[in-house]
Formats: sequence, structure tokens, C-alpha cells
Amino acid sequence: MDHQSATAPLLDVRDLRTWFHTFSGTVKAVDGVSFTLAPGEVMGLVGESGGGKSVVGFSLLGLIDPPGRIEGGEILLDGEDIARASEERLRRIRGREIAMIFQDPMTSLNPVKTVGAQMDEMLRLHTDLDEGARKARCVAMLESVGISRAAERLRAYPHQFSGGMRQRVVIAIALLASPRLIVADEPTTALDVTIQSQILKLMRKRIAETGAAMILVTHDLAVVSEMVDKIVVLYCGRVVETGPAREVIANPSHPYTRGLVDSIPNPKHRKPRLAQIPGAVPDIRNLPSGCSFRPRCPRAQARCAEVSPALAPTRGTLSAACHFPILEEVAAAMATTGGERA
Amino acid sequence: MLAYAIKRLVQMAIVLWAVSVIVFLMMSFTGDPVFMVIPIDSTDAEIEQARRILGLDRSMPEQYWLFLQNLVQGDFGRSYVFRQPAMDLILERLPATLEIVIVAMLIAAFVAIPLGVYAGANPGKPLSRLIMSGSLVGISLPGFWVGMMLIFLFAVEWRLLPSSGRGDTVEVLGIETSLLTWDGWTHVILPSVTLSLGTLAIILRITRAGMMEVMRQDYIKFARAKGASRKDVLYGHGLRNALIPVVTIFGLQIGDLIAFATITETIFAWPGMGKLLVDSIYRADRPVIVVYLMLVALIFVVINLVVDLVYTAIDPRITVK
Repeated sequence: MDHQSATAPLLDVRDLRTWFHTFSGTVKAVDGVSFTLAPGEVMGLVGESGGGKSVVGFSLLGLIDPPGRIEGGEILLDGEDIARASEERLRRIRGREIAMIFQDPMTSLNPVKTVGAQMDEMLRLHTDLDEGARKARCVAMLESVGISRAAERLRAYPHQFSGGMRQRVVIAIALLASPRLIVADEPTTALDVTIQSQILKLMRKRIAETGAAMILVTHDLAVVSEMVDKIVVLYCGRVVETGPAREVIANPSHPYTRGLVDSIPNPKHRKPRLAQIPGAVPDIRNLPSGCSFRPRCPRAQARCAEVSPALAPTRGTLSAACHFPILEEVAAAMATTGGERA
Repeated sequence: MLAYAIKRLVQMAIVLWAVSVIVFLMMSFTGDPVFMVIPIDSTDAEIEQARRILGLDRSMPEQYWLFLQNLVQGDFGRSYVFRQPAMDLILERLPATLEIVIVAMLIAAFVAIPLGVYAGANPGKPLSRLIMSGSLVGISLPGFWVGMMLIFLFAVEWRLLPSSGRGDTVEVLGIETSLLTWDGWTHVILPSVTLSLGTLAIILRITRAGMMEVMRQDYIKFARAKGASRKDVLYGHGLRNALIPVVTIFGLQIGDLIAFATITETIFAWPGMGKLLVDSIYRADRPVIVVYLMLVALIFVVINLVVDLVYTAIDPRITVK
């Protein structure tokens, strides 16, 4: 606490391990993830599908269901370890301290309840406002996320809204109880491309206004690059690289991040073929020895099969879990791995 | 809405007409009822006379036409046996049957739905497995055996409840009911429990299946992420989404129990419609059987309409067209 008190973190996740005990073995979906988040900070949690990003998000809210379990580590919210909090305590944290925005707005709203009822529920749970005040707040919130005729729309059902509108409603619900942290799990993945940037802009604006911190879970580096202050890259349940967003995207030091960055289409440097990371995410129940990324890594050497690399400072403000990090700075477009074929 | 109402009424009329044709045809294959109503030593002339009086000397289409004409005028025919209007006989018995059916359905709903919700929301837990095994027993046990066991235990062994018959009744708005007297309730409880078991088990299993499906949905997780309590998540967000198939089966079961509570009514000597039907079949009392089946068809059609309306109340995505 002492020397850090100036920037006391809102959230301090230490060595989080969330495992799923299935019949076919233990899935270590999150295996030793640590990061901190300052008040108002926006963080991108990036990785391929199956990398454990969403599990981190659900762990923060205590929404891991059996056979899953938080096996170890700490989730310190203002210094309180909520990884071990009672269900009673967690219910007071959910929505009020940490709110969540889900991936698919077509399924995250209850089809048989009006939008108004679903918004009102959040306020009923977390505020002492009377009915009139709650309604006024709901109307104001709907308007603030760009939904017109809000008072009327409160009586509408989710199926009467388009996908983009529904996600606006979901964002409005998440913001209603003024949480200090918002976990957005792929909030634009299920939307049309044309709507995606609208929703992202809206989220950035509204969240900046409220001063909340945010964790943006996504597989899309292009999405986070515009929005976040810092990036945590996950691979097979572990943090492989972390650092300020600009630096991670411009000059990543981990080969995996490099591969992710290279696979973003860049209109300025048209290549006949877009770079891709060879291979696929390994079966998480049966990870390769040493570094999990080794089989797909262009820089892998014998040592990578033997010792699992720990997260350590690599270059400048970056940290990566790699025995042979990329130490030279390269322009993002000058791809090093796999991109120069053809 | 008006167009919908008219459409449904026309549909109901067509269904009832079709049922009347089928029932009438079936009746003509079940033998000559005249021998059931005349004394055993009647002469041929007397038999012929009885035929004429009952209208049985006419051709089948003629009989049907006559039946339809009377029907439209509100005359549903007279019982051969009781010499009373068949409809009156049935309506006299209807409240007794409705009583045990309503109590049975209430028992089924209030026991089955909470248990089904629990079993669906906690599929792996031992208590859920126990509930599901119990429901299999409920489905498998025949009603007549359960009824007799209940009589044996509660009436014979422990002497807690009467074994049969209907208790004291009071008249409310011209309807005799035993649900307002203590004695009435003691008589109602065993037949109702017997009647409810099968329905209870089915509704429980359907509720559970629906809840298991619903609990996987994102909106359940979203509700939890809001901080909603377990109870709110299960009953406020989950149950209503799982309710459509439950309501369907509930409706069908009500119709089924009203129409065919026969076995239970026989075991408990309950003076309801089911017993009347069995007696009428034994006595080849055609008018009563015909009216009974028509009434049952009407009940089913009306219940179906109500079920469809309930759908629209449960799920805003369903509209009447």
C-alpha cells in the first residue's frame, strides 16, 4: 500500500487461477493471471478464442459455475479479496461495483420482460430510489446511450429492438448503478461492422463521463487499439504480454502478440496475403511442455520446450513471458513472422 | 382481435360438429339400446313401440338430423334410463368432478413447479436426483393402486380421513360445493391427491427440462451479473421463459382429468361425471354418452383457447392472429 498509495489500484488481480474439473481432465482456463487496474483506467484483455479471457471476466464477478472453480489467487477490489467473498457480498458487488456487458445483445436481455423492468431491476437492487426517481433515471440513461423516445421505449420488449439498440440497452443497464468497473465481454463481436464503431464510441464516451474503469475483453486488437490505455494479452490461460496499449500494438515483444498485430489488416501496407499465426490454440487440457506457444512460435528453441517462461520486463514499458522476446523495435507493418510469403 | 375471436369461434363450431358426427356414428355400432330400457319379458309389439318412442326406428341420417335440430334448440336429448334431460344429469355431476380436478391441479402446480425449478437449476445435486426418481414413480404408478393404498393407509390403518363418498356440501350461487366445509375437504383430499400424481410428475419433468434449457441462456447470467438473488433469477427471470410447454401440458391435463377422472371417482365412490359415464356405458344410455362426449370436446376446445391466450400473456413475442 504505502509506496503505491498515490495510484492505489481499484482492482489488483494476483495469480488468479480458475480451473474447470471436467470428466476429460482439468481445464486450467485461467492459470496464474495477474494485473492491476487504476480507477478510470481502460484495459484490453486480448487473445484468441479459448484463451481464457471471458473466464477472467466472469471470475471477477464470482460467476464461475461448477465444474469451474476459482482455485487460487486473489482478486482485490479496493484491497478486499472478492475471490473468497460470500455469495451475499458478491451480489452487492455485482452491478453496483462491477457491472458486465455481454457479447450477444440478442440473448443477454430477457425476452419476456420489458426493457423498463430490466433496467428498473438494477436500480431496485442497488439504490434506495423510489419508483418515480428510478424511472426518471432509466429514461435519462436510455437517452444518454442514444435511444430516442426513451419513456415510451421502456415499455417495449427486447425483440422490438435491433441488435445495436439492444446493446445500447445492455450498456445502459450496466451503467445504471454507477459501477466503478465495467467488464465488457466482446461487446461488439455480435454486431454488424457498421454498428461496431458506433457502440465502441458510445462506450468510450459514456464510460469516460462516469469515470469508471473498464476491462474490454476481445479477440480483436483493432478494436482495443482505439480505446484502451493498456493491454494484457492472454494465451492458454496465462498472461504472455502486458504494457501500454500504444507500445504493445506498435512494438510487441512477444512473438504471439506480434502475430496478432500482424494479422490486423492495414490499408497502408497492402499485402497480397494477410499474415496469420500458423497452427491453432492447443487443447488446454493437454498443453505442450514449457511455453504453450512454442509449437506455433517462429522463434522457439530447445529451451522453450523445457522451461515455462515467466512474465518479465522485456523492453521499455513492456513485459512478456518469453525466453526470446523481440527486443528490436520494428514498424508494425514490416511483419516478421509468416507474413512475407507469396 | 375481433377477427381472431371470430376465427376461433368458427373453428370451435367445426370441431364440435365433427365430434358430434363421430360420436353419433360410433354409437350406432354399439348395439341396440332398446333392450336395455325395456322389461326383459316385453313382447315384440312393445319392443317396436319402445323403438318408435325413442326414435330408433328411423334411419341413421334421419336420427342425426333430428338430433342436430334438437341440439340447436338447446335440447340435448333425454336419458333412456333416468327419463331426464341428459344435459341436466351431467351438469348435476359436473361440480363434484370439477372440485377434485381443481384441487388436484392446484396440488400438481404448487408441488411440481417449485420442485421442477429446483431440479432444473441444480441438475447434479442429490436432491434433484431424488426428485426425478420420485417423479418417475409418480408417472409409473397406476391411479387405481395409489387410490387404494391411500384408502388403506389414511382411512383404514390410521383412520384419519374418510374412505369414500362426498362430504357435506353447501350451495353457493346454485352450485353444490364441498370445498367450503371441513367435512367436504376431508373427503376431497384423497381423491384429489390420487388424481394429481400423474399430472404432478409430468409437469415436474417438463418444468425441469425447460429450466435446464433456460438456465444456460445469457440473460440468466446477465441477471446474475446485475446482482439479482437466486430466487429472483430462478422465478423472476427463468421460470416464465420455461413456462410455455408447462402451460400446454397443464391445459391438456385439466381437460383429461375432467373428462376421464372415471377410475378415481369409481374407487372413491365420488359422485362425479366419470361415474355417470361408466354407468351410462353399461346401460347403453346413448343420449347421456353423446352429450357427455360433446361436453368433453367443448371443454377441450375452450381450454385450448385459454392456453393460447395464456401464451400471449407469458411471452410478448407471441401474438394472436
